[in-house]
Amino acid sequence: MSENGAGKQLSRLEYERKARRRSLIIAGLSTTAVVGALVVLVPLAPGWPAVKNSFFNWEIFVRTSPTLLRTFLLDVAIFAWCAPLIAIWALVIAVFRDTRSPALFPFRLFAIIYTDIFRGVPVILVVYLVGFGIPGLGLPRPWNSPYLWGSVALILTYAAYVAEIYRSGIESIHVSQRNAALSLGLSQSDVMRYVVLPQALRRVLPANMNMLIALQKDVALLSFIGPVEIFRQAGVFKSLLANFTPYVVAAVIFLAVTVPATRFADTLISRQNRRRS
Amino acid sequence: MLKSPLIAAAVALLMTVPLAAQAGPECAAGKTISPGKLTIATGNPAYFPWVIDDNPESGEGFEAAVAYATAEAMGFSADQVDWVRAGFDESIQPGAKNFDFNLQQFSITEDREKVVDFSLPYYSSAMAVLVQQPTADAGAVPTIDSLRTLKWGAAAATTAVPMIDVITGSSNSALLYNDGADVVEAMKANQIDAALFDLPTALYVAAVVLDDGVILGQFPADRTENPDNFGMLMQEGNPLKECVDQAIQEITANGVLAGIEAKWLSETTGVPVIQ
Amino acid sequence: MPKLELQAVRKSFGDLQVLRGVDLTVAEGELVCLIGSSGSGKSTLLRTVNLLTPIDDGAILLDGTDISLPDQDPRPIREQIGIVFQSYNLFPHMTALDNVLLAPRRVHREPDSSLLPRARELFVRFGLGDHMHHWPDQLSGGQQQRVAIVRALAMNPGIMLFDEITSALDPELVGEVLGVLAQLKRDGMTMLIATHELSFAAEVADKVCFLHAGVILEEGRPREIFENPKEVRTRSFLERVR
Ligand SMILES: Nc1ncnc2c1ncn2[C@@H]1O[C@H](COP(=O)(O)OP(=O)(O)O)[C@@H](O)[C@H]1O
Ligand SMILES: [Mg+2]
Repeated sequence: MSENGAGKQLSRLEYERKARRRSLIIAGLSTTAVVGALVVLVPLAPGWPAVKNSFFNWEIFVRTSPTLLRTFLLDVAIFAWCAPLIAIWALVIAVFRDTRSPALFPFRLFAIIYTDIFRGVPVILVVYLVGFGIPGLGLPRPWNSPYLWGSVALILTYAAYVAEIYRSGIESIHVSQRNAALSLGLSQSDVMRYVVLPQALRRVLPANMNMLIALQKDVALLSFIGPVEIFRQAGVFKSLLANFTPYVVAAVIFLAVTVPATRFADTLISRQNRRRS
Repeated sequence: MLKSPLIAAAVALLMTVPLAAQAGPECAAGKTISPGKLTIATGNPAYFPWVIDDNPESGEGFEAAVAYATAEAMGFSADQVDWVRAGFDESIQPGAKNFDFNLQQFSITEDREKVVDFSLPYYSSAMAVLVQQPTADAGAVPTIDSLRTLKWGAAAATTAVPMIDVITGSSNSALLYNDGADVVEAMKANQIDAALFDLPTALYVAAVVLDDGVILGQFPADRTENPDNFGMLMQEGNPLKECVDQAIQEITANGVLAGIEAKWLSETTGVPVIQ
Repeated sequence: MPKLELQAVRKSFGDLQVLRGVDLTVAEGELVCLIGSSGSGKSTLLRTVNLLTPIDDGAILLDGTDISLPDQDPRPIREQIGIVFQSYNLFPHMTALDNVLLAPRRVHREPDSSLLPRARELFVRFGLGDHMHHWPDQLSGGQQQRVAIVRALAMNPGIMLFDEITSALDPELVGEVLGVLAQLKRDGMTMLIATHELSFAAEVADKVCFLHAGVILEEGRPREIFENPKEVRTRSFLERVR
């Protein structure tokens, strides 16, 4: 490289660095201005003291946080055992739905009806129906546990959505990939397992990360059938203390988990995209 | 017969201190949310025996009758009373309310008092333990030791929750639900053995809703450290409070309240007391 | 007995009759080039041989056995027939080596100990020794197409089908891929090649077949077809392509 060329290169780098710094400064200033305006203006509203006391009561925040954190562990546990089961059951449904052979048509039909029903019914209704209904048939303890059937309700519902996501991924894999694999003598199931699914699952990772985050929030619906998880505990505090701050605490705890999870998912996805390109 | 020390105190106050202002239209004038009307809130739905058939306008049911009696003592005729529906959350959220007072078995607690105003108590409820026959047959008896072994459930927004903690000695064993109807569902599904309700509600559930409901026992209000006193809930600082309190003092003193209680909540006697 | 024989093969897609009675033979060790304008049915014909497209009528004999009968398991037949497509169709989530090893591992259930040396030898033979562990998207089009050929060869097929395998390549990469075909020809591989590379066909083909209007309109030695076509249609096709 000539000396001249190296100089140019250097000044371009310099220029880019300056431009980057300038845009950072502008972003910082405008953000400060907006946040500052909110911080100054909101407290000027006539109802602010009442709202502050009801939603942002520091004393209640401190008092309820430890218990709420402890009950949040239940949310995490329910999430932790539901997520893998959803992934597996959804895969079964998606593969059923993709079957082509006429002999397997009943499976395909089942998968279609299944996804239609469970995507069409509100989660809370499924939680009630499964969580109260099935134990109501007369199951003995511990098989009538609301933890068990509430989880089943979440798994059934979420699997319907995730199966559709899988299916969109499976269908996005070009038929030439299947043909290439078939032409090598692979069986239909091997084609699915080694060629189609690995690509499809990777492709739908972002959509599934969103489902995971939604699931983490919907775990709270299990509280409707008994389990005292964080939102129920916040509700108990709310009614005992006549104050909404415990809900704010719960929201903060949720955000502390979901925001990093979302960021992590984004990094994963962009790293994967970089490697693919 | 006086139901609780609080009411006794209130009545004593009424009898010794000359009233600054008589309960009546003069007191409430200009203090209600719509002029010349008294707007009262109840639950949606409102349950037996507090309001019969979810129809408070009829005046049938304990709280409906108390509402009309209070209104009358405040100088409002029956057709000057408007009913609205409001839940607990709407009642405690900051901002203007759409009712003058709200009665739906809200228990008066110190913490709640910081955020809202309560009237003087209009009822002191015993808490009652509801089970199904098989649980009773299996040997559950009204002693704390026996109760401690049961699987508990309650409505989450009630003062039953801290009471269960006291009974069982631990905080996380109970299952909690949105309302009494869900508690009953869980009991039918055999997910819980026992539920804690105010006694009138427990009686209703045992008699009407469950096929084999049994009241195992009660914690009488006058023997409990923190009796479950029901008060009418008002916005913090509501100027109407003194008028409502005067009205309640009046119907307590003249026996109207006791009469209403005798009419609608008469079955609460004869339930075994928990040791 | 020819390695491959098509007898009166018919195939329609709805109202569109693509193959209207194709007769074609490929002898053992022979390299047959299939030419014809775009849309004449060359790809369809190759795909019927590989059983990716079922035929409506006629017969396809591989080593004298009809493989076109319905109700037979296509897998053992496909193992014996390698096919390479215009668009490479490598599996993007596997390295070049894993692309090549997938089918022998899954279908033959061979242990890697015997597979790996053979695969490595194939990679080296086709100039890909340094690229075994690359991902498909790290390879040029010519390299990808050669990996696709190695992938098909790894199953030890008795015949190879090539469907315009240089059409998607930049012109400067065509040579390296055609070189592979010439190499295979020297090794004695039986090949049926759909191609637009007429000069290549003229050089290495044992036989050239001109597919037109759903039939093999004319076939013969490359020199006969290219220098002295009997059919008017063949002549006008050649004029258009040249
Ligand atoms: N799966 C299919 N469904 C419908 N039409 C098809 C299908 N495959 C190929 N065709 C049609 O058959 C004709 C021959 O296609 P093709 O075999 O790809 O020709 P070539 O490879 O000679 O260009 C074209 O008109 C094409 O549109
Ligand atoms: Mg083609």
